[in-house]
Amino acid sequence: MRSPRGEWLGSDAVSRLQVVSGKGGTGKTTVAAALALALAREGRRTLLVEVEGRQGIAQLFGAEALPYEERKIAVASGGGEVFALAIDAERALLDYLQMFYKLGSAGRALKKLGAIDFATTIAPGLRDVLLTGKACEAVRRKDKTGRYVYDHVIMDAPPTGRITRFLNVNDEVAGLARFGPIHNQAQAVMKVLKSPETAVHLVTLLEEMPVQETADGIAELEQAGLPVGRVVVNMVRPHHLDEDALRAAAGERRADVAKALSRAGLGGARRGGLAERLVDPLLAQAAEHASRVELERAQRTVLEQLDVPTYELPLLGAGMDLAGLYELASELRKQAGEE
Amino acid sequence: MTEVTTGTKAGARMDAAPRLPVDRLLDDPGTRIIVCCGAGGVGKTTTAAALGVRAAERGRKVVVLTIDPARRLAQSMGIDSLDNTPRRVKGVGGADGGELHAMMLDMKRTFDEIVEGHADAERAEAILANPFYQSLSAGFAGTQEYMAMEKLGQLRARDDWDLIVVDTPPSRSALDFLDAPKRLGSFLDGKFIRVLMAPAKVGGRAGMKFLNVGMSLMTGTLSKLMGASLLKDVQTFVAAMDTMFGGFRTRADATFRLLQAPGTAFLVVAAPEPDALREAAYFVQRLAAEDMPLAGLVLNRVHGSGADQLSAERALAAAENLEEGGIVDQESGNAGLRDPAAEADGAGADAADAGADASVDASTDADVDADVDEITAGLLRLHAERMQVIAREQRTRDRFTSLHPEVAVAEVAALPGDVHDLAGLRAIGERLAAGVPAGA
Repeated sequence: MRSPRGEWLGSDAVSRLQVVSGKGGTGKTTVAAALALALAREGRRTLLVEVEGRQGIAQLFGAEALPYEERKIAVASGGGEVFALAIDAERALLDYLQMFYKLGSAGRALKKLGAIDFATTIAPGLRDVLLTGKACEAVRRKDKTGRYVYDHVIMDAPPTGRITRFLNVNDEVAGLARFGPIHNQAQAVMKVLKSPETAVHLVTLLEEMPVQETADGIAELEQAGLPVGRVVVNMVRPHHLDEDALRAAAGERRADVAKALSRAGLGGARRGGLAERLVDPLLAQAAEHASRVELERAQRTVLEQLDVPTYELPLLGAGMDLAGLYELASELRKQAGEE
Repeated sequence: MTEVTTGTKAGARMDAAPRLPVDRLLDDPGTRIIVCCGAGGVGKTTTAAALGVRAAERGRKVVVLTIDPARRLAQSMGIDSLDNTPRRVKGVGGADGGELHAMMLDMKRTFDEIVEGHADAERAEAILANPFYQSLSAGFAGTQEYMAMEKLGQLRARDDWDLIVVDTPPSRSALDFLDAPKRLGSFLDGKFIRVLMAPAKVGGRAGMKFLNVGMSLMTGTLSKLMGASLLKDVQTFVAAMDTMFGGFRTRADATFRLLQAPGTAFLVVAAPEPDALREAAYFVQRLAAEDMPLAGLVLNRVHGSGADQLSAERALAAAENLEEGGIVDQESGNAGLRDPAAEADGAGADAADAGADASVDASTDADVDADVDEITAGLLRLHAERMQVIAREQRTRDRFTSLHPEVAVAEVAALPGDVHDLAGLRAIGERLAAGVPAGA
């Protein structure tokens, strides 16, 4: 059975929990942040959550390290707001104990004993239950008037290699703790995660390993019945030259290229002239570019076979900053409009 | 370590950082363990494998412990079958006795082996069948790190190799592999375990009176939270593991000391990107705090250019010049009109065709010039992009170098594709040893 497909920007029924995963180094934090900005359109409010304690969101927005508290981190065009939260497993557990059991001092005793440490770092999966549980709580939270506090919750999730296990952990824990409050909590979280209310997106680059991990990740998510959303191809570079042109330039046209460089004001085209000396290194760079284009084409074919809608985000030449983030957000919106 | 870069271009770019003498490190018989650590996605596994290949071909008997290699890389080294023991890698080695062995960590198998090695058959079977143990050993935060360090300790104890190169797990943080073993060790030996153990040890209700109120409250609460079945699984597990407890912390401590020993060298692997270098900086500080010997930083995927005398700005200006410049020149002027003509209505296109027919030779020349101008403009735009990447990488790296000017650096030039064969690993090894990116 195919798992439900989570929806994002393009659809009317945009999933309320948007989980963004990807291999390390593919820029999943950036994509998650851009998505949070893109979804915060027309006065909507989104929450961007981090679960790995890396403070990547704060760094991206050039803000102070995030405390365990939801705070506004950006304003989107049209008056929407993006809030951010770095979920801390230990604090989430203490909150949880307080909320359900009023365990003020007993909580401290547990901590002293090492029980909190046990629960948040060692007990199989409990940490992940707490993290996903907190995110789902934010998804379901309503204000006094019965409206959702956040229109969307976007999670900067663990990498592709661990994402299915991370999201599916509640199933495992529900099996391990066969009844009791943890069992019930795990069941409730799983209900949200396995519904179309959730969409799991995978960020990749047009390189072999990330694409392979994406393919494996999608297969695992589908097998676990988790809703796969979109594949986001990040840091796509523009293509400047086709191969035929490059072959010509490297072959019989070398002298012409030197002349053209000279015409463009870059020195003499004669042997040993400034322009002539540029030809070799420029052609070498172009050859590298061409072989990369070739590899990228092969990877694109692999991605097409996955049969999951794909978005592309450009590589920003100047590097990632706040302006770049807004640029990526509007790019996401544009592509969603075309879908 | 005080060697200074001699390459003029690299020297100009990396003024402060000394160059990491990779070959000297690999050749030194005193180097017994090399640990490759760093953030995820920076090429740790590939670096570890490339170092292994190079060391073996320089005459050392090496074993590489990889944690989670890409499938094709594992296949190329013949370690894609998971049997948790090192295998000789064919086709690597020198006349002077160099050998390469490699293995891929199977954490569950490693954990099972510890259990089997420390408990009698009946007890071992009970532990292996325990649901809590099965979850614990199948891997969640900490187990992989613990088992990687455990395996490293085992390989070192066998003393069959004179160099061990170890890759570290793709953790939440690069520091996890240092912290997780201690955490797991101290949990397994800790107070909490004893509380959990208490009811099992004293046995049922008769024992309850020996427990103070606090403790029964504790286990009561835990049982309420986790569900009685999970607590019982944990207790059974703990009881069965009883004999091994002291062992876990002792082992974790022993491995930790091994990492501080003089024969160990840490290589922090990074790419010239803010996140990866930030992790690298944390790591450098942490190693210093733990008295762990840092050999240097391996900076993967560094971009260079053989034409770095031409700035991005000038290249872009020249490209624009060529793209617009046809107007100055009669022939390319004609050529420049071709595209708009193709889009124009029938009459315009006809006129253009007529013009082209009238002067076939001139038109061919014009095509040539237009093509060359277009190609050359493309070359220049590519170059401008490359120079922007170089500048961005340089800024990121300068930040690291100003924080840690003493850390030696080996740069590895970016390759257009992934590495998944021995030839590729050799090429990486050469770049590592050269330490400066070849002009592209």
